[in-house]
Amino acid sequence: MAESRSGPLVLGIETSCDETGVGIVAGHKLLADAVASSVEEHARFGGVVPEVASRAHLEAMIPTVHRACADAGITPSDVDAIAVTAGPGLTGALLVGVAAAKAYALALAKPLYGVNHLAAHVAVDTLEHGALPEPAVALLVSGGHSSLLRVDDITGSITSLGSTIDDAAGEAFDKVARILGLPFPGGPHIDRLATTGSADSIAFPRGLTGPRDAPYDFSFSGLKTAVARWVERRERDGESVPVADVAAAFQEAVVDVLTAKAVRACRETGIEHLILGGGVAANRRLRALAETRVATAGLRLRVPMPGLCTDNGAMVAALGSLLAGAGVPSSPNDLGADSTLPVTLVSVRA
Amino acid sequence: MLPRLDVVLALALDTATATVVIGIIEISPPAESGWHTTSVQAARTVPSNNRHAETLGELIPGVLTEAGVGAPDLGAVVVGLGPGPFTGLRVGVMTAAALGDALGVPVHGVCTHDAIATMHKALAGSVPDGTMVPAEGFAVVTDARRRECYWATYDASGTRIGGPYVNRPDELPARSDWRRDGLVIGDPAFSEALGTDVLLAPPDPMGLALATSGLTDGGQPAGPLEPMYLRRPDATPPAPRKPVTPR
Ligand SMILES: [Zn+2]
Repeated sequence: MAESRSGPLVLGIETSCDETGVGIVAGHKLLADAVASSVEEHARFGGVVPEVASRAHLEAMIPTVHRACADAGITPSDVDAIAVTAGPGLTGALLVGVAAAKAYALALAKPLYGVNHLAAHVAVDTLEHGALPEPAVALLVSGGHSSLLRVDDITGSITSLGSTIDDAAGEAFDKVARILGLPFPGGPHIDRLATTGSADSIAFPRGLTGPRDAPYDFSFSGLKTAVARWVERRERDGESVPVADVAAAFQEAVVDVLTAKAVRACRETGIEHLILGGGVAANRRLRALAETRVATAGLRLRVPMPGLCTDNGAMVAALGSLLAGAGVPSSPNDLGADSTLPVTLVSVRA
Repeated sequence: MLPRLDVVLALALDTATATVVIGIIEISPPAESGWHTTSVQAARTVPSNNRHAETLGELIPGVLTEAGVGAPDLGAVVVGLGPGPFTGLRVGVMTAAALGDALGVPVHGVCTHDAIATMHKALAGSVPDGTMVPAEGFAVVTDARRRECYWATYDASGTRIGGPYVNRPDELPARSDWRRDGLVIGDPAFSEALGTDVLLAPPDPMGLALATSGLTDGGQPAGPLEPMYLRRPDATPPAPRKPVTPR
């Protein structure tokens, strides 16, 4: 259960990709989480089209703010601060959120926090499980990012242990889904199909797991190619493709590497707590395997509910509330968007 | 003197060009004369290629301070809806929409070319020889990047009769609705490509306010806040997947 200790009332805006998210949070308490998604508009393009996403953000923003405020039973003038994702993400999409957040902050004379999207993925766990254990290792996996972080202080000290050197994990799900003729986004389809397939039926490669490879970096590009080769060989031989088995074996290869590296990071840093986040953290096999391995290693796992793992405004508001509560300086009026904002910058300070 | 009732303070902004334009305009209701008085309380025009969001964030408090008013004193917001390059244009429209929502005041959208044309027409009133507003009207041209321009045409009264469109400059002479030998205003950078001198006429806060119907009455917006993108997003459905295995 969420700890109901109240803290600064913050409205958070998230527009880094294709979800227009507006969340309202007081301390660790979630008051509203309104999301408008443009995912259906991207489906026929097989991936998120930045300009399509940006146009959708502009259309959805004010109605989504209204919905969040109605759900929380507040008006924007009630908040203590406004928070917004300043990066990383798609520049044009981020700028819609930044422009909106800045206008609300200026009009209402409230402090503005431009925050890091990855840090927000970690902070959102406070809404379900209360104060974060610090230090913690965080594994963030989505269509846009795959990162292992060391979180010493969620309001100011996060370091990157490793990240993907090519495709993000969620991107690999989308690409393999396409190989298998499944719709975009691929994650939920592969998750569902995999439950009826055999994960051991095909041995797909585990990228960057050799003794000389970077221990905390990921690579999913080779895996995607291996799946394509395997499927093409079956098709060329005139054999049917066991789609459920391919989905299960591919998914197993991804979550095996993700969880093995996350547990190794905890062990080698001597950190007891692992936090999962990002859209792929909604994957049932990833959650299950993480639980098993963390228990075996004597570690502790925290995973927010699936609805909080995907991109949303509540995570931004959650981080904003922590920052405001910690007295961190707010962002300057010339706040912009930084598509490659490093995770070491938890928030943009004046 | 009659007391001035219901003075409307409007924040007007435009981000449809490479320049961020913003100002505070005071609109007074008709006095005995029957005319509205519209005056600029503060204005800024700042070149801001690709930094519209950053620039606006500094300019909004700047013009409020210069005008000696606070955000809650605003009674309306006016924003240029373009046409303009996507990202910058959207930043202005989003800013205006959120300001209006936060303050609970109407947000009026106006075609940026109409604002340019209206201001030009207003200024031309002081030049009675007709050279500033020829009988055959005039055209407004602004930069659409990718070697194209946005353009619209206006009659002598300043009413839009064509556009806005987006085209390569060399496509315009063949258009029947182009002012072949007439006056062209807007972005002088297109003078060479169009083969005619383009008179400098940037968007400005007063033009935005003057081009907005209903603003003086404290009325409601004439239409929705939809940016004039004119172009579709660059996106094509993916080609069939290429095999990774060599044949
Ligand atoms: Zn994310």
